[in-house]
Amino acid sequence: MTVRELAALSGFSAAALPQPERVADGVYIGDLLSWVMGRAREGNVWITIMSNRNVPAVAALCDAACVVLAEGVQPDEGMAALAAEKGVNVLLSTYGAYETALRLHAALS
Amino acid sequence: MAETLTFRFDVGGEDFTSAGQASVQVKKNLRQLGLPPEIIRRVSIAMYEGEINMVIHAGGGIAEVRVDEDKIEIALSDHGPGIADIEQAMQAGFSTAPDVVRSLGFGAGMGLPNMKRYTDHMEIRSRVGEGTDILMRVDIPTA
Repeated sequence: MTVRELAALSGFSAAALPQPERVADGVYIGDLLSWVMGRAREGNVWITIMSNRNVPAVAALCDAACVVLAEGVQPDEGMAALAAEKGVNVLLSTYGAYETALRLHAALS
Repeated sequence: MAETLTFRFDVGGEDFTSAGQASVQVKKNLRQLGLPPEIIRRVSIAMYEGEINMVIHAGGGIAEVRVDEDKIEIALSDHGPGIADIEQAMQAGFSTAPDVVRSLGFGAGMGLPNMKRYTDHMEIRSRVGEGTDILMRVDIPTA
């Protein structure tokens, strides 16, 4: 499933979609950036509540298909623009991390 | 690729939220060289952790990445406060990072351990009051 399709799910929206055709494969949830960097796999959808400008850099380094800001968290100022510049997709979800993961699981399986 | 290819970056210390630029650039460069994805991943993660450390603790520094046929070396150099007890700093979970850094998702005491974990060799030279030099090496497996 592509990130563009995920962005169209109910409760989801896109804050930055520079690579809409990237294919999502698996989910990783975490807010500790050093942890995420080493453990999220290429193509993963990364669910987090961190919304600062380091998030796009970490997503780019671990080749995540997209970042999903859960719990209705909005990107910090400049974060979405930086993500677009780095080619990192950022989606927003109104659900908590667990519910977001469940919905992604249903969509991806 | 007989010659060593060197990339050099000035890591600025003023803006923590833009840290990581050099690592992302290195990742792009290594990709263009066609190196194995797992090697690129390890180099860029180790370098990112080092870059973040220089920004948090040392007010920036210099990062140099040298690409050879059989290895990639990452040399980080700063004029920060230095590390008094390297053994303690290497322990997972030990951190002297301020709260503001923790609130951004860093400062969990995983930077140096991650750098060691993702490289084949790591050397730290530090003098309190003078600065820190770190040399990391990732071996490229021969086909």
